[in-house]
Amino acid sequence: MLGALTVLLVFQLIGEVLVQFAGLPIPGPVIGLLLLFLCLCVRGGLAVPLRDTANGVLQHLSLLFVPAGVGVMVHFPRISGEWLPILAAVLVSTALSIAVTALVMRVLMHGRDGSDTAADQREGDA
Amino acid sequence: MTPRITDVWVYLSASPLLGLTLTLLAYQAAYWIYQRAGFNPLLNPVLLAIAMLVTALILTGTSYAVYFEGAQFVHFLLGPATVALAVPLYLQFDKLKKLALPLVCALLAGSVTAIVSAVGIAWLLGASESTLLSLAPKSVTAPIAMGIAEKIGGIPSLTAVLVIMTGVSGAMMAKYVLDALRIADHGVRGFAAGVAAHGIGTARAFQVSEQAGAFAGLGMGMNGLVTAILAPLLLVLWRLI
Repeated sequence: MLGALTVLLVFQLIGEVLVQFAGLPIPGPVIGLLLLFLCLCVRGGLAVPLRDTANGVLQHLSLLFVPAGVGVMVHFPRISGEWLPILAAVLVSTALSIAVTALVMRVLMHGRDGSDTAADQREGDA
Repeated sequence: MTPRITDVWVYLSASPLLGLTLTLLAYQAAYWIYQRAGFNPLLNPVLLAIAMLVTALILTGTSYAVYFEGAQFVHFLLGPATVALAVPLYLQFDKLKKLALPLVCALLAGSVTAIVSAVGIAWLLGASESTLLSLAPKSVTAPIAMGIAEKIGGIPSLTAVLVIMTGVSGAMMAKYVLDALRIADHGVRGFAAGVAAHGIGTARAFQVSEQAGAFAGLGMGMNGLVTAILAPLLLVLWRLI
């Protein structure tokens, strides 16, 4: 657990350092994600503690967004002043984006209907 | 800020302990409600926890800066959690490899839809320019979105809030939108949630299944990279029209 947590932090640190040096427009943790992923592929396996720790952290992923979300209180004046464009843009655009992503992917995966993709998924799970 | 340390409240409000503990308590209360409701997406735990905390801070007259002194410890874990997404990605890699083309095309379509429709709708309804620019990167994970907003002239801290609003609304709506389109495949469902609603959509996808979660994590990561390139480009096009 401690070792696995250290692995995650080390990869984040490497990512941050690379971003600083290369001036990349991508945040350090995303580079850390890519590097850890490459390491796992090269190593060809995953240690159990790392898997358990990663699952533990990801299980509570939504908790980690709470502090940033509370920042809404700082922007109350602007949001209440422009509530209609902001709310409409966020809600409609998010729903559209979910629908477009899912439809394009389904069409390109099979060009068939939803029941077939579900059948393939069971096959994939087996 | 030099409060006279004469009572417990003043002492506590000056220490990070309170902000941290309140965050964990609020989230666990919110999660308990969510669980009791059978994981109903409309009772999103992030939304409930934020509502509880904002109410508590306003009632006690506590500023966001003071609260964040403690909450930053939770916020910090976003970094290692992002790195941890490499694990489900690796475990699902065999499935993902076969789907490279559909994934990339769906990502590009979803990413452009998110940027253009958000800015377009807000523009039609008369939003100010700084709000428009802050909205453009709303579908990607907060640290990337804030960087993009800064680059194109938005307000990074407003973008962070819009990003959370997008994530929460995506996590609440995804089930209904995907059910209406009769999309059953957990990979497709997760990927759409990750592309449109980043980490909060991904968190919701992980609550549904590991496969949905891994695809969502991939969608979130890929959309972060793509939006960082597309948002400034689309903005240049917008200015030309």
